Amino acid sequence: MSELDWIARAGAKAKGKRPAFFDDPAADRMLSMLTALIGEVSVMRQRLDTVERLLDSGAPVTRAAIEAYTPDTAAAQERGELIRDYIARVMRGVQQEVEAMAAPEPAIEEVSAALRDM
Amino acid sequence: MSDIAPPYAAVARHAVFPEPKHDDAARFDFLANFNKYLSGTLGPGNARAYETRVRPAFARAHGRDPVDRFEIRRAMNADPFHRLWSGLKRNSMEMRQHNGRAMVLRQLDNLDARAAALNDGKDTLRLDPGVEVPRYQRAVDIHCMPGSYHGEERPGDVSAGANYDCGLFATTAGGLGALSDGGGQALVDWVRRERPGWQPRRILDLGATVGHNVVPLALVFPDAEVVAIDTAAPVLRYGHARAQALGATNLQFVQMNAESMAFPDGHFDWVQTTMYLHELSGTALPRVIAEGVRVLASGGLMLHLEQPQYSDAMPLYEQFIRDWDAFNNNEPFWSAMHGLDLKQLMRDAGLPDVFVTGVRAVVDTSIFPDQSQGEEDHGRAAVWNAYGAWKP
Repeated sequence: MSELDWIARAGAKAKGKRPAFFDDPAADRMLSMLTALIGEVSVMRQRLDTVERLLDSGAPVTRAAIEAYTPDTAAAQERGELIRDYIARVMRGVQQEVEAMAAPEPAIEEVSAALRDM
Repeated sequence: MSDIAPPYAAVARHAVFPEPKHDDAARFDFLANFNKYLSGTLGPGNARAYETRVRPAFARAHGRDPVDRFEIRRAMNADPFHRLWSGLKRNSMEMRQHNGRAMVLRQLDNLDARAAALNDGKDTLRLDPGVEVPRYQRAVDIHCMPGSYHGEERPGDVSAGANYDCGLFATTAGGLGALSDGGGQALVDWVRRERPGWQPRRILDLGATVGHNVVPLALVFPDAEVVAIDTAAPVLRYGHARAQALGATNLQFVQMNAESMAFPDGHFDWVQTTMYLHELSGTALPRVIAEGVRVLASGGLMLHLEQPQYSDAMPLYEQFIRDWDAFNNNEPFWSAMHGLDLKQLMRDAGLPDVFVTGVRAVVDTSIFPDQSQGEEDHGRAAVWNAYGAWKP
């Protein structure tokens, strides 16, 4: 076995100054943590999907069976839809901001004031 | 299938491909779909932010619209939506590198052994420790790939090539096909239509990295002598093993700098680059083209596959969004290169009749996305311009 600490080296920083996307560096760090966490939850969900599919098939649910599992076309499509649905849920706020930019709206307070005496 | 990315399970596992564990594949499945979402669903938000508030604010402050892509970038970099979108996209790239490296480094002993078994004793792999990695390549790690193409975790390893190969799928949301060779397959498709029956005797691929775009040429022209050069030994080691595994035994991998090649004048019938010119410095690029023309035979073909060049005809906003990778994904030459008049550069190098044609990745569309359909991830899509010329 090599002496390479693959876990430590896998996350090595690429050479080149990282852009700051936010004024507060903590916001950049938090976004990195959040994005990684969003990814890891997706991975856990897919692993659970694999377990469910092994259970459905009646095959013994072992770690080896999970590792060896390969989705067929239909299962891959369903798993892709799971990811799509999952991303749509966690990204809802950002997606709705895109929608909102398409049609600027007055604040509810203004709507309320305008309609009060109608 | 169009709303979701193809599954990582559909990626071809050749004999030196790193073996993904269940969760490695699941991470790439997430990233491929996340990238698709960032470009498809959220990407249009950038244009909306620009039109509805960034451009109006700029006009109020300056009494005019932005005059170039750099002014747009500086203004957009203050917009809250563009900041968040950029931060997400950058993180997605970093996560792709992390996942690829974890997968590769965990099994590096095995990968090195598999590569060595295919490489040892073969005269089709020629490494030259005297070839220096150019300074412009060492300055930053290209597309946030730790160690770039030339980095080694230990001397003589294939980690850089294996990481590059296994993660192209995620970056392009599967747009390059099972072997990430949609560009090479597009070349085959193009040349068969353009010059049916043409049999080049020698083909040269510059900046070949792992050779994914030249293997299809080697396989379709089995009688041709095909040479792939790069300055980075780790990707050549991996690429040679990969090519051998895929049966491209007429393909040589040679460590050499394309700015100054050891080949005689007029040696090749075809000099090719695929998504390579944008990784060259402003000084290196014209030298590489001039050297390419020198080693090209009369009647031979020079062809460059690239993302479209910017021109006055391209709206400034599009130039800006295509420039994103330059500043946010460690592509230091991307912006300047795409601003060049590549056709004029080729003319200046002795190729008077330059043509430009559109080329799209050729993939198995029963599994992978048809690149003639759907939205474009600006700067990342498997849709290119081919800048070519037949040498007089």
